[in-house]
Amino acid sequence: MATRQLCTFQLAGASFGVDVTHVQEVIREQEMTRVPLAPPMIYGLINLRGQIVSAIDMRTRLGLPPRTSETPPMNVVVRTDEGAMSLLVDQIGDVIEVGDEAFERPPETLDVATKDLVQGVYKLEGHLLLLLDTARVVPTTERAS
Amino acid sequence: MDDDIVKEVLVESHENLDQLDRDFVALEADPTARGQIAGIFRTIHTIKGTSGFLGFSGLESLTHVAENLLSQLREGTRLLDADIVTALLQTVDAVREMLASIEATGTDGQRDDSALIARLARLQGKGDDHAAHKQASHRPAPAVPAPAPAPAAAHVASPAPMPKSKELAPPEVTATAVSDTSVRVDVGLLDRLMNLVGELVLARNQILQFGSTVKDGAFHGTSQRLNLLTTELQEGVMKTRMQPIGNVWSKFPRVVRDLAVTCGKQVRIEMEGEDTELDRTIIEAIKDPLTHAVRNSIDHGIERPEVRVAAGKPAQGRLFLRAFHEGGQVNIEISDDGGGIDPIKVRDRAVARGLVPADRAQRMSERELVSLVFLPGFSTAEKVTNVSGRGVGMDVVKTNIERIGGTVELTSRHGFGTSLRVKIPLTLAIIPALVVTTRSERYAIPQVNLLELVRIEPKAAARAVESIHGVPVFRLRGNLLPLVYLGAALELGGPGTAPDGSLCIVVLSADDRTFGLVVDGVHDTEEIVVKPLGKELKGLTAFAGATIMGDGKVALILDVLGIAQRANVVSSSKDRKREGADTDLAPGTEDKQALLLVRVGADMRMAIPLAMVARLEELPRRGVERAGRHQVVQYREQLLPLVDVATVVGASAAVQGDADAPLQVVVHARNGRRVGLVVEQIVDIVEDFVRIERPFAQRGIVGATVVEGRVTNLLDVEGVIDACDPSLSAA
Repeated sequence: MATRQLCTFQLAGASFGVDVTHVQEVIREQEMTRVPLAPPMIYGLINLRGQIVSAIDMRTRLGLPPRTSETPPMNVVVRTDEGAMSLLVDQIGDVIEVGDEAFERPPETLDVATKDLVQGVYKLEGHLLLLLDTARVVPTTERAS
Repeated sequence: MDDDIVKEVLVESHENLDQLDRDFVALEADPTARGQIAGIFRTIHTIKGTSGFLGFSGLESLTHVAENLLSQLREGTRLLDADIVTALLQTVDAVREMLASIEATGTDGQRDDSALIARLARLQGKGDDHAAHKQASHRPAPAVPAPAPAPAAAHVASPAPMPKSKELAPPEVTATAVSDTSVRVDVGLLDRLMNLVGELVLARNQILQFGSTVKDGAFHGTSQRLNLLTTELQEGVMKTRMQPIGNVWSKFPRVVRDLAVTCGKQVRIEMEGEDTELDRTIIEAIKDPLTHAVRNSIDHGIERPEVRVAAGKPAQGRLFLRAFHEGGQVNIEISDDGGGIDPIKVRDRAVARGLVPADRAQRMSERELVSLVFLPGFSTAEKVTNVSGRGVGMDVVKTNIERIGGTVELTSRHGFGTSLRVKIPLTLAIIPALVVTTRSERYAIPQVNLLELVRIEPKAAARAVESIHGVPVFRLRGNLLPLVYLGAALELGGPGTAPDGSLCIVVLSADDRTFGLVVDGVHDTEEIVVKPLGKELKGLTAFAGATIMGDGKVALILDVLGIAQRANVVSSSKDRKREGADTDLAPGTEDKQALLLVRVGADMRMAIPLAMVARLEELPRRGVERAGRHQVVQYREQLLPLVDVATVVGASAAVQGDADAPLQVVVHARNGRRVGLVVEQIVDIVEDFVRIERPFAQRGIVGATVVEGRVTNLLDVEGVIDACDPSLSAA
């Protein structure tokens, strides 16, 4: 039975995961430089040891309500083909191992912006976990034309 | 076999081959230069020797025949002609390919060079049977040497295999003379050093920032020394990466020669400033665009000899390359004395290709028309040649130059030639920048765009900014400076002035336009390390990148041109240049333009693009004097020629009013010359979407447009001046 390891995190009470091999590191809240005129999902830029990395507000990206709690967001730094990128999440979870038997494609009724990003659903005990495709966090339309 | 030996031989041979290219082209111009023949002979001989020693038999046999031919030339028993040069240059190409193959695979490849070998052998008058059989169709070598500098078009017909000039990535080698005092350093190592220095500069900046909070003499002394050392180290490492532009140009004589032969043209190449130095990353980046521009000049620019002679020009065209440093930038000019660009042809072509709507093209200035060649998909070649003309021409040149922060400007005089001027920064990695703040965020402004800083005390700030129909302007030494509020341009909201109520204006230039950027605060100038933004932010034209400040926080680098465009400071033609055709040329989009509204004669309402207005003056009527045929006034210790707009456009004369009322003069300046346009009344300055229609043709009028609900004629400033006296307009 094929399994894969996922780095999990919470956003607005729901569980999400990304393939652990794409995750470079998880860091605490960083000092953020906001980018005027940028798409709303771009929360700002952080200095990751001399490298400038865009931080994506995953709540905005997934169309979830804005963060209200006092707890600062965590940075999940992922590697993509176009360099590193930081995903801002509410809370970081465990690295878990999931089996293919629990996987299912996302339902057709998911809204378009989310469906593009969600690769599938893992049916875990007590809750569902959405698997995100890190390569699609930045929608193609948002990229430089 | 010892790989190191082979590698060394390869590096040396590539260097020698580059020299050979230059020698041959020089030799063709002066076939009697014995010294050059001897040099070529020695190089080929060396390659032959080493290839024999290393067991590359193909290479050895080819260089062997070439050497024999060269030895005849050296001894003077045979005179050099264009045929021989072509054959020898092909030999050089073949050798180069073999070297590339040796580098890639370790063998000289399964090549069949027998045709070339036979040709070389026949040229030296031996022609063995095998070769003669293969070469049966080839015409005999000319007994009389052809006049040297005119490469006969017949070369093209030569059956010898044209070796592809594709090089399998030979090692990049500087062509400087190797002496005992220099060492070869891998460029990868230099790049790593440069990165480290970049990080060191950042660390230094952090220390300096930290130093301002510490009161410790020893610490200050140390950090001061660290500061100086870092600066010196940075300069030193930067210098190691500098290469003369001649390294790129050295390939051009050969490119030009081959291309001229293919196109049946005669071209002489001249260079100036070959030793102008540039960072190697930039050298790499401009290599292709420059080559393309040179090819373009020969293919499209310089005419065939007969056409040139008919036009009264020398049969031989001239291609002139010039490089020089100016204001922290490198200028490169590629000019030719060819046919120039025909703006009408360009317009028709652009319209035919659907790149520009016809009505829009009709009202474009000549300069705008010429710049259409930068549109993607534009190609003026009558037919597709294998030289250029596939429609991937100047736009690629432009994009590549702009990618490294440079600018491209094309000037052309139809019938007299074309000149392409490229301005590029010395280096990309570390630039000086001014740090400003707005809404408590810091932004870096590249120093190259900075002209001056103006600060207005809180008391005077309120009166300093005037508004022309909602457009804020500031009088800078009498000139109107349009103001752009950074906070507003970046859509940050909030008040337009600094917290203390003072006004900080950063005077910037973008694309020859000057404007004032209002910021909340101005800090130091700093050396910043430019880091690119991620793909997800590349679409933002307002920013050129980001950098890490002394305190470790990220700051955005403003793209001054991008900001100017957002604020409509620069005109639409610049927009098009930058953003490509698709966005700007979408139907329905019109340019918002700032216009000066004036009244001419009794009742004619006219508009003048504000960009063409240098100043507005009220001058006493009594001051008008005559100089020659012109009316002039003394103005700023010069004579200002006056042009009465009403007379030129034929407006009905105004009711003669008060003779003491001052003259209303719109001062137009171009290329340092001023001309005063006399109008009846200055009405207003508006910013509006201009849509020009041409219901009629009239002297001095570009067309009519509707401004604020009223029909307004758009004044053809140059045309009016021209009509009055062509010598006044600075063409």
